[in-house]
Amino acid sequence: MVKNLNKTKKDKSLNIDSPLHVTGRTKYVDDIPELSGTLFAKVFYSSIAHGKITRLDISKAAAMEGVVKVVTCEDIPGENQVGGIIADEPLLADGLVDFIGQPIVMILATEEIIARKALKLIEVKFKPLKVIVDPREAHKKGSLLSDPRHFQMGDIKKAFKKAKYIFEGEADSGGQEHVYLEPQGAYAIPKNNDCIQVISSTQGPTAVQRTIARALGVSMNEIEVDVNRIGGGFGGKEDQASMWATFCALGTYLTKKPVKYILDRHEDLQMTGKRHPYRSDYKIGLDKDLKIVAFEGNYFQNGGAAADLSPAVLERTLFHATNSYYVPNVDVNAYPCRTNLHPHTAFRGFGGPQGMFVIECAIHHAARALGVPANKIQEKNLLINNNEFSYGQKVQDCEAKNTWNQAKKKFDFAKLKKEVAAYNKANKYSKKGIAFMPICFGISFTNTMMNNARALVHVYSDGSVGISTGAVEMGQGVSSKMIQVAALCFGLKTDEVRLETTNTTRVANTSPTAASATADLNGKALQDACDQILVRLRKLVKKEWGLKSKDQIHFQDGWVICNRKKMKWNELILTAFQQRVNLSAKGHYSTPKIHFDKKIGKGHPFAYHVFGTSIFTCTVDCIRGTYDFDKVQLIHDFGTSMNKLVDLGQIEGGLVQGMGWMTIENLLYDEEGRLKSNSLANYKIPDIHYVPKKLDVEYLDTKGSDLAILKSKAVGEPPLMYGIGAYFALYNAVLAYNKDANIPYESPMTTEKILMGLYSKKANS
Amino acid sequence: MIKFILNNELIETDAPSGTAMLDFIRKNQQLKGAKLVCKEGECGACSAMVGQLINGKVAYQSMTSCIMPLINANGKHIVTVEGFNMNKLSPVQQALVDTYGSQCGFCTPGFVVSMSGYLLSNSQLTKEGIIESMDGNICRCTGYKSIERAADIILKKAKRDFKKVSVNALADKGYLPSYFKTIPKRLAAIKIAKTKNAKGVKLGGGSDLYVQKPWEMYEKNAVAVYDNPAMNKITVKNGVFEFGAALTMGDLYRSPEFNKAIPNDGHMFKLLSSTQIRNMSTIGGNLINASPIGDFTCILLGLDASIVLNKNGKRRTVALNTFYKGYKKMEIKKEEILEKVKFKIPSKNTTFHFEKVSQRKYLDIATVNFSSSITLDKSKKIKDIHLAVGGVGPIPMYLHTTVKFLKNKEMSSDTIDDAIEVLQNEITPISDTRGSADYKRLVARQLFLAQFLNLDANIYDVKKLVGAW
Repeated sequence: MVKNLNKTKKDKSLNIDSPLHVTGRTKYVDDIPELSGTLFAKVFYSSIAHGKITRLDISKAAAMEGVVKVVTCEDIPGENQVGGIIADEPLLADGLVDFIGQPIVMILATEEIIARKALKLIEVKFKPLKVIVDPREAHKKGSLLSDPRHFQMGDIKKAFKKAKYIFEGEADSGGQEHVYLEPQGAYAIPKNNDCIQVISSTQGPTAVQRTIARALGVSMNEIEVDVNRIGGGFGGKEDQASMWATFCALGTYLTKKPVKYILDRHEDLQMTGKRHPYRSDYKIGLDKDLKIVAFEGNYFQNGGAAADLSPAVLERTLFHATNSYYVPNVDVNAYPCRTNLHPHTAFRGFGGPQGMFVIECAIHHAARALGVPANKIQEKNLLINNNEFSYGQKVQDCEAKNTWNQAKKKFDFAKLKKEVAAYNKANKYSKKGIAFMPICFGISFTNTMMNNARALVHVYSDGSVGISTGAVEMGQGVSSKMIQVAALCFGLKTDEVRLETTNTTRVANTSPTAASATADLNGKALQDACDQILVRLRKLVKKEWGLKSKDQIHFQDGWVICNRKKMKWNELILTAFQQRVNLSAKGHYSTPKIHFDKKIGKGHPFAYHVFGTSIFTCTVDCIRGTYDFDKVQLIHDFGTSMNKLVDLGQIEGGLVQGMGWMTIENLLYDEEGRLKSNSLANYKIPDIHYVPKKLDVEYLDTKGSDLAILKSKAVGEPPLMYGIGAYFALYNAVLAYNKDANIPYESPMTTEKILMGLYSKKANS
Repeated sequence: MIKFILNNELIETDAPSGTAMLDFIRKNQQLKGAKLVCKEGECGACSAMVGQLINGKVAYQSMTSCIMPLINANGKHIVTVEGFNMNKLSPVQQALVDTYGSQCGFCTPGFVVSMSGYLLSNSQLTKEGIIESMDGNICRCTGYKSIERAADIILKKAKRDFKKVSVNALADKGYLPSYFKTIPKRLAAIKIAKTKNAKGVKLGGGSDLYVQKPWEMYEKNAVAVYDNPAMNKITVKNGVFEFGAALTMGDLYRSPEFNKAIPNDGHMFKLLSSTQIRNMSTIGGNLINASPIGDFTCILLGLDASIVLNKNGKRRTVALNTFYKGYKKMEIKKEEILEKVKFKIPSKNTTFHFEKVSQRKYLDIATVNFSSSITLDKSKKIKDIHLAVGGVGPIPMYLHTTVKFLKNKEMSSDTIDDAIEVLQNEITPISDTRGSADYKRLVARQLFLAQFLNLDANIYDVKKLVGAW
């Protein structure tokens, strides 16, 4: 149930895409009618995790009828490289393979089924080399993707000496498959002057453009990337969409024909990276009042075989190592470990969840050992204004305590606690567990350079408006928000504004749609563009109406109004057009105030932080080890939400995705680096029965931040981390049945771990 | 030639009859509403309604078109999201828009089909029912809550609009395009020519074959046993429940005879895959697949069922508990066809019970499943017992040794303790993606205990086992 939902009716809750979705008319890459002559690509990939290619014979496949070309690394005209941050990932393997699923050969055929059959005719032999899948082992052997990172504050040694209680342990979190429902894919089309247009299912059109240009050895202005919308991304198409688009563009470059490649689900699961699995050590020190005085963490990130976005993900783990808590003495170290798995990549939360999980384990450990509920320790250590993070930024407009206290009050925690205790007393084989999960998430790309955006606005001579930004719509509602911004600026109805595709020829040098910051960055750029046009229009109105000042002119409900005079918007636009006023503008925005010195790990990297507190209640069946989530209740800091329905969807969806990561989503590899959870039959994400029976989302209306678009705070990633509460609620329910349960801190909390915990021997016995 | 109605259009096609329906819809017909996501019936983004003319009325069921053989559409009405579109949004579509029940939109057509199909195939509407209709639809964006709110709106409106839901009423009130009213007549007019000695891959619902070999059927012909009336009948005679092997799980779920024979509140069926898959999967397919974790196989073993094998009219009956010989090895001869399944309907003193544990509670493959039929006399002596377990050995197991041990023993805590040991010696689980061998042994024990706790909640103190695994 959603409180205050009625309020949303009064608010703007534009939902621009859904009418197309519900009628099946939305066009994704695979829905675009194919041009005649289109070729279909398929990739032949490595079946071993590490080895030398000793023999590669493509002749049989090349001779097959319908096969137009078999492409190897030697056919790449530019650089055989797709690495984004670090150039360490070939497009096609050149003598060496580093993970199962690494592309070796591309086949181009007149039909997809022919390309599929031709895959079986490729002959390859390998000389296997040693395989590493465990990040701790990689770290021991010095196998790293980039330099380790280190944040520190205070004097950790002194603090541990003074601490009354110290607890140490290990905490591991599992990876997570994105399961964007639309698989990766692209469609490349030859255009005039040897230019190539690429329609890509990507969150980062510019990354795709740059990657293709480098691989083909052409300039960026010869590649046009167009994105209508994508069927889910969650970070999986931030960097990793580039490879498939590059394959298509390469095919077009070599054959001068349109080339399409849509991965099937098995290819997608096998070849693309996931959320990074982490293994970690923690050491936490508390004083007699349960204040956390010191926290030390070592994070071993399983980065896979190439850097991809791992160094950036790693950094965010450190940014969020202390979650919503103030810890005066911090020493955290992170290692990007190179293993023989597909390169892991961005996933909603971007390393933040992996960091938060560890300190929550440390707190749970301490609470269990001290015989107090974890929420007592959590509550005592919540951030307040001007507390400093280990990275030097001081927290402002802090809502940690506010959301916590309101959650306790609104959801009547005292009563809940009693009810759960009574239930557990009354039921022998059924136990309930409760857990609190507060969140604090920083908004901005932590790579300061990326915090900028542009937008292009055309007002057509009939008064209608077309806008383009660098934002990619992937379900998060950014298209609705952009239209709202433009409509608000011009005082128009939202249906008078049309959002165009995201296209690199209209808006260049974009940052990917990521880091929750897309609406802020692009929305502000859009405001800038609209304002430029409004300045020109005001000037015109002043002249036409003979006004002394422009100050009283405003645009509202399709009119331009000044004192008692008014004129219809489209009449004004026609006049402006006739008077040769420029009705187009390009807006630009770069986030002010932020900076960060990577060398010393200090600065002010975030525009603002988002806060919230959730309470989880679950029931575990102690005979079977199965469970249900009774309810999740949370208070979230939206600022002043500009679109409550869109934002609510992000909270609910993010929360459930986070719960999936913590419970049923079990990403498995064997020792040979083989993905075991290699289909949707054995990698399970939440279904409609899985979700909590009751899900209360309360809006904490705060004043928001001036750096948030219309003071409506970023909402994409933060709710995912509420999901961590699911792990501890289940853990606590198990402890209600078996207080001595031995359950290592390893997510996900599978039904296996639950049942084994319910009947396990005492820890350390 | 295959003939059927796709949305509002008669299709007559010579496309290979083994082509998956989704490929036909998207590639041949250029209808792009249904999406290709998993190609294994796991997500429902390709959902279509399949209507069959029965006694002058069209009965609609949802299926995942990605693993549905084209041949199984013969003579039927196939409805994709486009088939529900009208000049304005239908109440189902509008509700999803109003609640923002659609984010990235890729799963949305499937949800529209499932919910519209629910209205189309049920005269009484319930919250539970409409949610269940979506149990085979996966959404990665919304967390489902907004979709549930849409379902509430739809139900509320439909309850206001209809006393009894019917296709004509739905069409009259703008829930469906009006062409739906013409479908019964148009289906009746389709003449399917009987092809003698048709060649091709024999298949039922295809729900396993298309998962195992997703692309191999693309250009192949298929021979359907699916719609063979001789193979999907139910008969109840002399206390024996008998049914054709081509009957689907969905058919059994909806069958009053089965629900009378095996009283269950439907929960058992909800644990078996999803609505779409139950509508496609034949019981025969489940048995012949010989998967050690086949849920319905476990159920039938627990019921001590027998099967009838037919080779060109020569029939023999085999007890299911002797049918499985090793991993995917069965007591079946070349050219023999699994024709019928039968079991004795449990008497009043006999309790049948089924349990399943999987990673995700619903729409998941079992880690371990367990079923039993236990007959007690008045003094709580175990007069008769059948136990079956899956996931703990190379075959779906009937627990011959444990059964022998328990027969004629008094049902008591001590007996159960001893039987646990016998059970652990009889099973041979291995570690795989569904869990470690050690865990599977623990689950098997727990589900074994659950069979007895189902009879008497106080017969055994499970709590005493805490700390001992």
